Formats: sequence, structure tokens, C-alpha cells
Amino acid sequence: MSLEISRAFVDAILEQSRAEYPDECCGVILGPAGSDKALRHKPMLNAAHSPTFYEFDPKDLLSLYREVDDNDEEIVVIYHSHTETEAYPSRTDIAYAGEPGAHYVLVSTREEIAPATEFRSYRIIDGVVSEEPVTITD
Amino acid sequence: MAIDVRIPTILRPYTKDQKSVEASGATLSAVIADLDAQYAGLGERLLENGALRRFINVYVNDEDVRFLGGLEAQIKDGDSITILPAVAGG
Repeated sequence: MSLEISRAFVDAILEQSRAEYPDECCGVILGPAGSDKALRHKPMLNAAHSPTFYEFDPKDLLSLYREVDDNDEEIVVIYHSHTETEAYPSRTDIAYAGEPGAHYVLVSTREEIAPATEFRSYRIIDGVVSEEPVTITD
Repeated sequence: MAIDVRIPTILRPYTKDQKSVEASGATLSAVIADLDAQYAGLGERLLENGALRRFINVYVNDEDVRFLGGLEAQIKDGDSITILPAVAGG
């Protein structure tokens, strides 16, 4: 298992994480149903407006799933930022992970030394976290 | 009376992989009881100590049930219920 994602999306997500700092940022990348291809980036609002928590607004969540259904798409990537800690799923991330088919991407805005190294992807299924390699394409 | 209930991927193991199922009941609470009777274990994934779980979102037609009285929300024939896990974390 691995995630293939374009450089443009990686850059956009890292940029969003810095722009929304000190709050966590979040969003999704969609792709055709069953394809596992991350093709359409959709930043989402962090309704929690918090440096330690993120949550899609329930109304936005419903619209997102409607849109995904209408377009015959799937949620390929669910991402959010950690503001001061490692880009590794927190206990809360693991407890609430509700999409067994998604790649959970974490980025971190801690320091700004080498943000590109803090872009990591995981599967979170039944409370078990498995990190997977990320291939960035041009 | 038939109500269409949309089941999210993570709960489909309970519904034999069906994306939507039919249930009946005059309130959300009754609908969930009916769902649990048809698909054992589903109720527990939606409720905790008799309340809706914090990170499960339930919509009647397009409205969040938290604004419709929660478990007491009135349901009528032909309504569509959508269940979605919150996308949230820390």
C-alpha cells in the first residue's frame, strides 16, 4: 500500500497548513470511485478552529458526501495538520478515523525546517495505524 | 412505513455491505431500534449511554438531527436518513 500524489497537491496542503496556523487545517483529495487516485483537491474548513483539534462542519460533511456520490467519486485522501507535534496520528485521530479506505495524510507545521519531510500517509483501520510510503509525482 | 437509511462504508459490515437499507419508526430512536433489530450491533455503533455518539452525524433529509430534537426527531414515511461518521481528530 502506498500513496501517489502530485507535487502541486503536496505544496498546496503544506501552504494551507501554514496559512491556517496556529489552527489545524484539513481537507480531502477525491478521485474516481474505486480508482484510489488522488485527483481533485478540496480544502475544507476546520469548524473547530483549534490548534489541537479539527472537524469538518456537519453541513459541509453532508455536502461533501453528496458531491462524491453524485460525481461517482471516492474520498482518496483525508488530511490535516498538526501544529506543534509530529505528523503522526494522535489517539483522537485513531479513535475517530471513519474511512477505512482512505489514506490519512498528516503534515506538521512544527518549526519550519524541512516541511516536505513532514508529509506522511497512513491507513487507520479498526484502531490500527500503518504508515505507508508516499510517492510524489511531478 | 419505509424510511431509506444511508449507511456509511465503515458500518456496512453490519448491513451485509448494503449502502442503503429500509427501516421504520416514528422517531429517530425508534428507527435506530429497528435498524438494530435487523442488523445486530448497529445500534451500539450509533448510540452511547442512550445518546447519539458525538462523532456520528445523522441527517434527516438534509437536516442535522441535532437541530431536529436528536433521538426524538420525528420521522415520517418517505424520509431519508443519512448516517456519516464525523471527519475529525486531534
